[in-house]
Amino acid sequence: MEVLLRIRRANPEQGIEPHWAEYRLSAEPSDRVLDLLHAVKWHLDGTLTFRRSCAHGVCGSDAMLINGRNRLACEALVKDAGPEISVEPLRGQRVIKDLLVDTEPFWDSYRSVMPYLVAGEVPADGRERRQSPEERARFDDTSKCILCGACTTACPSFWSNPDYVGPAAIVNAHRFIFDSRDTAHEERLQIMAEADGVWRCRTVMNCVEACPRGIQITRAIMEVTAEIAAADRG
Amino acid sequence: MSLVPQGDRSRPRPRPHDLDAVVVGAGGAGLYAALELRNALGPEARIGVISKLYPSRSHTGAAQGGVCAALGNTEPDNWEWHWFDTVKGGDYLVDQDAAEVMCRDAVETIINLEHLGLPFDRTPEGLIDQRRFGGHTRNFGEGPVRRSCFAADRTGHAILQTLYQQCIAREVLFYDEYQVLDLQMPDGPGGRVSGVIALQLATGELHAFGARAVLFATGGFGKMFKVTSNAHTLTGDGVAITWRRGLPLEDMEFFQFHPTGMYKLGFLLSEAMRGEGGFLVNGEGERFMEHYAPTMKDLASRDVVSRAIYQEIAAGRGIGGQDFVHLDVRHLGAEVLNQKLPDMSGFIRTYFGLEPLTDLVPIQPTAHYAMGGIPTDIDGRVLADEAGRLVPGFFAAGECACVSVHGANRLGTNSLLDILVFGRRAGRAMAAHLPDAPAPTPDRDAEAAAAATVAGLRGSSGGERPAVIRAELQEAMFTGCGVYRSAALLEGCLRSVRELRDRAKQLAVEDHGLRYNTDLVDALELGFLLDCAEATVESALARTESRGAHAREDYPERDDVHWLRHTFAYRDPDGGTPRLTYKPVSVTRFEPKPRVY
Repeated sequence: MEVLLRIRRANPEQGIEPHWAEYRLSAEPSDRVLDLLHAVKWHLDGTLTFRRSCAHGVCGSDAMLINGRNRLACEALVKDAGPEISVEPLRGQRVIKDLLVDTEPFWDSYRSVMPYLVAGEVPADGRERRQSPEERARFDDTSKCILCGACTTACPSFWSNPDYVGPAAIVNAHRFIFDSRDTAHEERLQIMAEADGVWRCRTVMNCVEACPRGIQITRAIMEVTAEIAAADRG
Repeated sequence: MSLVPQGDRSRPRPRPHDLDAVVVGAGGAGLYAALELRNALGPEARIGVISKLYPSRSHTGAAQGGVCAALGNTEPDNWEWHWFDTVKGGDYLVDQDAAEVMCRDAVETIINLEHLGLPFDRTPEGLIDQRRFGGHTRNFGEGPVRRSCFAADRTGHAILQTLYQQCIAREVLFYDEYQVLDLQMPDGPGGRVSGVIALQLATGELHAFGARAVLFATGGFGKMFKVTSNAHTLTGDGVAITWRRGLPLEDMEFFQFHPTGMYKLGFLLSEAMRGEGGFLVNGEGERFMEHYAPTMKDLASRDVVSRAIYQEIAAGRGIGGQDFVHLDVRHLGAEVLNQKLPDMSGFIRTYFGLEPLTDLVPIQPTAHYAMGGIPTDIDGRVLADEAGRLVPGFFAAGECACVSVHGANRLGTNSLLDILVFGRRAGRAMAAHLPDAPAPTPDRDAEAAAAATVAGLRGSSGGERPAVIRAELQEAMFTGCGVYRSAALLEGCLRSVRELRDRAKQLAVEDHGLRYNTDLVDALELGFLLDCAEATVESALARTESRGAHAREDYPERDDVHWLRHTFAYRDPDGGTPRLTYKPVSVTRFEPKPRVY
């Protein structure tokens, strides 16, 4: 099928202002938008710039705005995206070149929530710590995060306040707050309770729609909120 | 592309960095090594991890089904059985002393990962849960055993995240989005390694990282094949750089084709789908693996299953006479598919628009894993030759390395185990190496050559698009050096590779910019792939037998008299035919036997 691909391009290094570039391509319905981007880069214009790696939705490199929605380019099929497809860089992050944005602030937010297990005692017999399937299930959903940034950059609260840690960082805090093996529960809750923490969420729920992993992000945020409230009461 | 041009020393020098140890690659092997270095050397040590991606993007994260260790949590198991399976799975080309270390260390390593926070699935008793996987047996081959430890079907994701998280906690220095270009070897060929040269993608600047120990953990090179499970970024960077430095590559002819790639796409549908009870059917609706592997059936080792699929297709029993067969997982039920195999089920729904509960899934073998690579000892120390001489200061681990624990065919789950056990051991060996190692000296020739290469490519106006040459290479390798090979196929493939290598001297790089010049990166990666392909095809052409993943139609039998030995391939400095030498296999316990599943 014929596809009209419109890409929001810019290159501040060369003084090229943001503009729409249009490409007419022939594609299979089962092709992904990433295939179209490659078709342009590999055969029409080698300067087109974007990140990608695994190309099947597990590495989180190629989140972008596709037809106005945050998607992974490797998961968006041409037959669903339609004969006219628009692609833009994620919002709320500085554009460096075409679809490639500055993700350093995103990683700073991630690192700020202590995204690692703070271990307690390990068993004296040298074996694994015990964790029941129910305890393990408690944080299963948030352990699926691939740090693609689709949720945070879809969030109006983040757009209006870039200091908000954002849904992705809260998801990764949740993953440890609800891990029965972790011993830094209080510290992490304190980080979440700070001014730019979990209270900035206005439950717009754009994040849930944006997440390519289907994580119930708003529910995770509310669980963290409830945990903070419970700790305050306790 | 000119590989190591003589540089112009008048250019500005790369920005220098003074580190204790440098790890190149931020997958499981590199991150575990960095953690061990930190644990051994304390918070003052300067340990840097250089990666062309953000670490969480590394391809370790794509590994699905699990990692094996004989924990015996759900039924009796023994690490010696795992050792036997590994040796047999590798068609006896495995160095048995190395595999012994891997299978014995596996138990403690998996426990350590749990302690670091890895969210393994659990048994009702709260232990790490385990399931079946291809080629893993109880009591030296009697039948399948539950040995694979897993986190749903995203075990690699869990491993990558856990190790990255712990590196963040321990303040390892990360240099994200730096493309490695060369080693620093100031004493010349065969001398010590004292750092690397890398290109910072964000700025286009060159950086010279000086260190007393360097680890390559740069992953595989599956992108030299047309249909592959590998990420776009798996282009053999570290392997090719080692080769260009005149160091050998071991057993490059052994490349694994995984039986259940998604048709045409190449992405993997985990062996766990068969481990949980799925099976293959041909165009006549028949479960054909019974004819090829009566005991293990669909859980025979990967080379066996991939060849069976090719034979079914060749006999006209593909689906509708075409070049694919079906994976049937319908009977597994919603609970298993959605809870134990959720990502796999999602891939089938997203990319095929099929419902695994009701539809058959089209699959074909896909290029998956390099058994060969940079030769090392059991502590990641790189070998300079088949006699075992070491390259001081140089270490390698993970898929880019060849220990060799996979021999001629890797067992499912043993890649994750390899990166963990040997990444960790390499980190410890690097820490032990540092106190007596001489201070790093800059390699001015390497600095100048890297600058010349990058300047020459950036905006070069030759007529050849890197993507076009890469596509031709991938086609040539998939048909000429694939599941089945012969002298005629390999010679044709070699001619193509050489012709493409010549054409690649005239590359067109349209992007003249400094920042994120991914057009330039494409050109660099193509050069790496071409080198890996040459070493692979030359090694395959010379090995006149069939063993594991190397199946020669003109030499269908395994030949232990002549070929129970490892290939060491050396690049010819003038671009001619590589030099091949051989090294005996370490056989300590299991005498080679015919391989039957």
